[in-house]
Amino acid sequence: MSTVKTPTPTSPREPGNKPRTAGGMSAGMPVRFASRIRVDRRYLPVIGTLVVLALMLIIGGSRYENFLSGRVISNLFINNSFLIVLAVGMTFVILTGGIDLSVGSVVALSGISAASLLQSGWPAAVVIPLVVLIGTVIGLVVGIMVHVFEIQPFIATLAAMFLARGLCYVISLQSIPINDDTFVSIASWKQQFGEEWRITTSVVIALVVVAIAFYMLHYTQFGRTVYAIGGGEQSAMLMGLPVARTKVLVYVVSGTCAGIGGLLFAMFSRSGYSLTGVGMELDAIAAVVIGGTILTGGTGFVLGSVLGVLVLGLIQTIITFEGTLSSWWTKIVIGGLLLVFVILQRVLVVRRR
Amino acid sequence: MSTAAPATPTWQRVTQHRLFWPVVALVALFVANTIANPGFLSLRLQDGHLFGALINLLRGGSPLLLIALGMTLVIATRGIDLSVGAVVAISGAVALSFIASSSDPSSVTTVLVAIGIALALSLVLGVWNGFLVSVVGIQPIIATLVLMTAGRGVAMLITGGQITTVNSAPFKTLGSGFWLGLPVAVFVAGGVFALVAFLTRRTALGMLIESVGINPEASRLAGVKSRSIIWTVYAVCGLFAGLGGLIISSNVMAADANNAGLFIELDAILAVVIGGTSLSGGKFSLAGTLVGVLIIQTLTVTVTMLGISPSVTPLFKAIVVIAVCLAQSPKIRDAVAARRRRAARTSQAAEVAA
Repeated sequence: MSTVKTPTPTSPREPGNKPRTAGGMSAGMPVRFASRIRVDRRYLPVIGTLVVLALMLIIGGSRYENFLSGRVISNLFINNSFLIVLAVGMTFVILTGGIDLSVGSVVALSGISAASLLQSGWPAAVVIPLVVLIGTVIGLVVGIMVHVFEIQPFIATLAAMFLARGLCYVISLQSIPINDDTFVSIASWKQQFGEEWRITTSVVIALVVVAIAFYMLHYTQFGRTVYAIGGGEQSAMLMGLPVARTKVLVYVVSGTCAGIGGLLFAMFSRSGYSLTGVGMELDAIAAVVIGGTILTGGTGFVLGSVLGVLVLGLIQTIITFEGTLSSWWTKIVIGGLLLVFVILQRVLVVRRR
Repeated sequence: MSTAAPATPTWQRVTQHRLFWPVVALVALFVANTIANPGFLSLRLQDGHLFGALINLLRGGSPLLLIALGMTLVIATRGIDLSVGAVVAISGAVALSFIASSSDPSSVTTVLVAIGIALALSLVLGVWNGFLVSVVGIQPIIATLVLMTAGRGVAMLITGGQITTVNSAPFKTLGSGFWLGLPVAVFVAGGVFALVAFLTRRTALGMLIESVGINPEASRLAGVKSRSIIWTVYAVCGLFAGLGGLIISSNVMAADANNAGLFIELDAILAVVIGGTSLSGGKFSLAGTLVGVLIIQTLTVTVTMLGISPSVTPLFKAIVVIAVCLAQSPKIRDAVAARRRRAARTSQAAEVAA
């Protein structure tokens, strides 16, 4: 009974399954959604994430000294700023029911391009927008492949992933240090608040990206179209929404975010390396799912994804604080948490029906 | 497609076969290799074993073929299995840790028990994936993402974070041994391929799998046990991934929890898609998967042969994926078909006028 509602999240556009898309599920869902479900239900997964976050903070705070300090929380944001940006971009794609596997390699490509261009003497003022643009262009290419040529997002972004990673290797196999004065001074800017709280350039950029994404998703026509496509592409098309443009644009948004993420990672590590970001796309997807966005699209929030990233970051922090646990426990715990959230989502979806 | 043409010539039937472009790509790769290295297609007999680039190609491709076979079945039910790489790592880690901890690493019994344990565990992992997808009803991509993320951690746990190396002649046979002049791994992969082909194409199983992929609910109403079928394909996929993992670890005689089978899930999915199996399920082609695996493996070999740094391989893979996907994309096919129809109509009109 349940399997019919779980198509691969990849291809609502595949011509073969038109009857399915046009069926009762996608067309009827938003209506029932509005009339039967109270607003609080939409927030349930996000509230779940918030509870987990609070629990982790409480457990950490009670187990370790200095855990609930401004320094730890500040570092949480500083160390995960690039992942926040990636998760924000990924949220847009997943909300439409797609997926973007290319972000990890785009991070590496944008980082190593920045390092290589700066090394050959380009001014930082040119390099910074240029490397973000690299992400945008890759996103645009993916969007065109997905929309115009009707290649499933999974495969199109997989191709983009190989492409970006291959280009990284072409640029350089070695790690390139970044010594450009302007870039280093931008990267090392920080603002201290009191004894322990501090923010860096990358945190500021990440928060600005979150704010812009929040505005775009909840207060613009583009954002509403994103939700509408996730709820049912056919219905969105029949409503006269600009489905084509929006579907391409979500990949552009995700690519741009990956470009920014690469820049932040380059600031974080002061270098560019072609092997950065291997598996980072999975972290981003995990953060989005833990943050309450449903992979079939249509439900989820940018702020939820930010919470998801913080949960992932806190797992790492707790394992560091514990000291005796080996680093591979991080992966096992993230996998377990992912499972819990996915089952939670599943229960919510079943109950909604 | 070309119903407008009066009679479909044989060459046109050939070009319209869905495996035409993948096979052309494979032949092109072979030609490129032979030009770069005239000895590419040659085989020589040494110590009763066949040697040559082609044999290495087949041997290197066997684990990928095993994994891609399982993946084909999963994708045919409209699913996907991202966890095969992690299963590869776990299976290798379990087998090698068991052999390393045993008192007699080179006894055949030890090796057989190790292989048995590893395969049983892989089957359990596959069953777990199948349970999440078919019973709990989680989307396949995320259900298998759980094991993909946690699995490498588990493999690290088994090996204690070290790269376990062992010295065991019987286990080495699986990956680098020869039998009747051919690598043992090729026999394993070939045997599994034949078995799967027989079970799916000579019994109703293949059709049932495809019907579940087209519409699980309708299949269930028609009396197909869609839940058991979905569960089974994930279990089988896990088992095959475990077998692939054993061959990979036997090749290097080391269990590396971090790097064994890294990205092999992507290569397997790629091979399946290049072979013409649609990610939206409902139809699959085992022969296509075989061609896809050979393309991927040849691509890897080609890059090395042409003297390009092996790290550029992803770039070539990207180009091949994009080219094959574009060639298969409905838009391009329609455009080509439309032009062919127009051409046919013009020639007909010309004949009439004459």
